[in-house]
Amino acid sequence: MATELMPGRKRFTSGSVAADLGLVAWFVFSLFPIVWMVLLSLKSKAEQTTTYFRFSPTLANFHTVLSDSGRAVTSVDFKHALVTSVVNSGGAVLVSLVIGIPAAYAAGRWRFRGSENLLFTMLSFRFAPELMVIVPLFVVYNQIGLFDTKVGQIWVLQLVTMPLVVWILRSYFQDLPPDLEQAALLDGYSRRRAFVMVALPMVRPGIAASALLAFIFAWNNYVFPLILTDSNATTVTVAISKFLGGGGQAYYNLTAAAALIGALPPLALALTIQRYLVRGLSFGAVKA
Amino acid sequence: MTTTVSGRTRGQAPPGGAPEGDGPPAVPAWRRKARPYLLSVPAVAIIVGIMYPFVLGAYYSVLDYSATNPAPSFVGLDNFRSVVTSPEFWGSVRFTLVFAVLATVVETALGVGVALLLNRSSIVGRIFEKVLILPLMIAPVIAGVIWKLMYNPQFGILNHVFGLGSTFDFLSREHALYSVVLVDLWTYTPFVAILVLAGIRSLPREPFEASEVDGASWFYMFRRLMLPMMWPYILVAVIFRFMDCLKIFDIIQVLTQGGPGTATRSLQVGAFEDSITNFNYSRGSTYMFILWAIVYLAANYLVKVLGRAQRRAAGAED
Repeated sequence: MATELMPGRKRFTSGSVAADLGLVAWFVFSLFPIVWMVLLSLKSKAEQTTTYFRFSPTLANFHTVLSDSGRAVTSVDFKHALVTSVVNSGGAVLVSLVIGIPAAYAAGRWRFRGSENLLFTMLSFRFAPELMVIVPLFVVYNQIGLFDTKVGQIWVLQLVTMPLVVWILRSYFQDLPPDLEQAALLDGYSRRRAFVMVALPMVRPGIAASALLAFIFAWNNYVFPLILTDSNATTVTVAISKFLGGGGQAYYNLTAAAALIGALPPLALALTIQRYLVRGLSFGAVKA
Repeated sequence: MTTTVSGRTRGQAPPGGAPEGDGPPAVPAWRRKARPYLLSVPAVAIIVGIMYPFVLGAYYSVLDYSATNPAPSFVGLDNFRSVVTSPEFWGSVRFTLVFAVLATVVETALGVGVALLLNRSSIVGRIFEKVLILPLMIAPVIAGVIWKLMYNPQFGILNHVFGLGSTFDFLSREHALYSVVLVDLWTYTPFVAILVLAGIRSLPREPFEASEVDGASWFYMFRRLMLPMMWPYILVAVIFRFMDCLKIFDIIQVLTQGGPGTATRSLQVGAFEDSITNFNYSRGSTYMFILWAIVYLAANYLVKVLGRAQRRAAGAED
């Protein structure tokens, strides 16, 4: 049975059946919480505390969460939070792309003094404890009026999105043979046109993958809006956590419905960029 | 499919450097030299903008700044002295380190296991591979919320399914650490698994075929062939996981808010409590400065280990 380890070999044997059983166990564990969230979100108020799998499903919870009556229950304007999440995450990604693509190109094409420092400073943002930056920002934002604003959120989210965009795209630009741009230059293209017409289209998958991944991480972020926003620029993640303690009463079904709505956009996006996930999640370190 | 680990970023610019256009219009040399710097200017501006609060935070740690003391004065290392003499702080350090080591070890072991199974498995594996990353893409807060609902002693599904009754509390003082680890590993084991799986798929087949001919055992091949070649991939996953575990916040904030008592008060949760809940900015910043030092040291050490493993793996592949 030594062939079991062989990379890429797949045959139907007793060994593979055993592996399948192990996998089934993992996936029951892995998917059950999601399934349970879906079931709970479909339960009525009367049934929300039951642990049965059979009940009369209702979509009322989603309606409540997204409507004013839900707002009355938990004092969370979920619809507003959804819009804010889209604006904040989208805005943060856009800023990161506009600023990050040139930097990634420079760092991928040329080795210039300070390029390594630039990259590693970016990477250190990814690993720095968030509160180290947020505590002072909490004070500063309150002084300069950026507290509880979308602009303030987009700015602080650069901490999440910028390193991701720059590192992933640099690895794509590095993989691009310089000859292509060279040829364009010989054809009389200007440097800028060679970049826009030749290099940029070639790394389109990288741009899409890094943008979507950055969007997911910005969307999933909790600590920035938790500390730096109140009701005006609060996001889905914070809104969901408020459902949990809503008014001292338990709203398990509403909480589950809110959690499901908040989880859907990242899940949908992740499935579309699955091919690029490994490279993206490892900041370009593992190229699959 | 070509898969490589390129941690050796230093000196990786393409051979021959960048294409330098000599075609018309001729670009003066100084402009060519300045180009990468000009392109990086906006990014540097962002970095400076982020570094500013970072430096400000370090500055707060030597002040006595709080919402009740808006005109702070310099107190030197008083904050550090008061922090390192408080049992609360050491509780936070202990919890953070225990959690980070435990979660990283379990997630790595499980992730490698799942990757090996996915590599071995037949049709089932191909279907599961698609949904493997779902928990990873759900926000950690939402993961916390889901599990908090399931952990509920009275109405939670877990107590019901496992017949634990309503007296067993997953989030009690004794169990809270493990319950937090469980949520963390539910979320992040897929991260390790997809990295390792990409690694396994990139391995050359020849050494495996050769040792199969030699009649090597399953375990021998795993231990002597696969593991050494896989090590760089595993280490990349370990680095990401360990660093992130040191900063654990979201999941705990939702599940226990650092409780019961201070049982799950990680360093970031402690800093949140001090600086945001209690408005003592200086004390929170002191916590963060110490955590930052821990993260920095751990990162340096792990990256060194990774470099060594990559060189060894490169040797093993030859």
